Amino acid sequence: MPRRKGAPEVNAGSMADIAFLLLIFFLVTTTIETDAGLDRMLPPMEPPENPPIIKQKNIFTVNINKNGQLLVEDNLMQLTELRTAATAFLENGADGSCDYCKGRRDPASSDNPVKAIISLKNDRETKYSTYITVQNELVGAYNDLRNREAQRLFGQDFTKMESEYLNPETPKSVRDGLKDKVKRIQDMFPQKLSEAETSTN
Amino acid sequence: MAKFAKKKDGDLPAVSTASLPDIVFMLLFFFMTVTTMKDSSLLVDNTLPNATEIKKLEKKDRVIYIYVGKPTQEYQKVFGTEPKIQLNDKFASVDEVGSYILAERAKKPPEIQNVLTTALKVDKNANMGLITDIKQQLRKVNALKVNYTTYEGNAFNNLQ
Repeated sequence: MPRRKGAPEVNAGSMADIAFLLLIFFLVTTTIETDAGLDRMLPPMEPPENPPIIKQKNIFTVNINKNGQLLVEDNLMQLTELRTAATAFLENGADGSCDYCKGRRDPASSDNPVKAIISLKNDRETKYSTYITVQNELVGAYNDLRNREAQRLFGQDFTKMESEYLNPETPKSVRDGLKDKVKRIQDMFPQKLSEAETSTN
Repeated sequence: MAKFAKKKDGDLPAVSTASLPDIVFMLLFFFMTVTTMKDSSLLVDNTLPNATEIKKLEKKDRVIYIYVGKPTQEYQKVFGTEPKIQLNDKFASVDEVGSYILAERAKKPPEIQNVLTTALKVDKNANMGLITDIKQQLRKVNALKVNYTTYEGNAFNNLQ
């Protein structure tokens, strides 16, 4: 029988389903962008009572001048070398109590990672971008060491474990398991990064 | 024999518009979900520096934002080109940072008032002097947890 009309009308009944499918697809895949950055703790205003006496050799001083040049332990240093220098200082382990350190055990450098302190000083005219780069390298030195120990003990990176632990979407059972591991690594290399008050001249 | 009879010219079927509402709603929902409401429009240039060792700022309700940078083109006539602090919708001086933090903290539910983070969104061309002053203010009001908000990227790109 010959068709007298033109093409039959396309059935549009399923269009809504397709539309909802797309809608749900976008709903699930779109993540709202979150901010990210370097987390730091400022020192409290009141100095602690009976401040502990810290040996000079346990302090790693980093000074940034207004031109963005670095003075590390009284020597001029390039920014690219900072991470290696900080790592070497942190895991020096001069008193031998740190059995996981692979440092040179130089008696003139830090005793062990728990005692090692990095002190960061900057000028008022230092550029913020330089300051962030230095902060990034120092945090990077800690993360490198922590990653190495986490790889040895648990077979995965510390930074990955930590972000998984801090992510609220991780199931609670997984987070509880991670808590002790994260804590253990943090105790091996506690992040002691002091931001001294800016020099005024 | 005329099973596949040739269509007559000029006999186009009307396109069904029944699904148009669905498409429109789909778009609507899509934009509704991906749009984040900006609480404050930026009055300052805000090109953040790059860093690699970053942590995500989870839980937006626990974050207080402070913007620093030089005023944008339209405000430069009035406020000059020196970096300034922006709190909420207006420029502020360093002394106002403390009271701003306290006011923002008071707005939050009591159970999270102790775990607030201050996100410093600082333009990479700002000087540390201003940042140090802000940090002193933050220490005075005991807002010790800060986050230097950055983009993810090679930190050495900052120096160029």
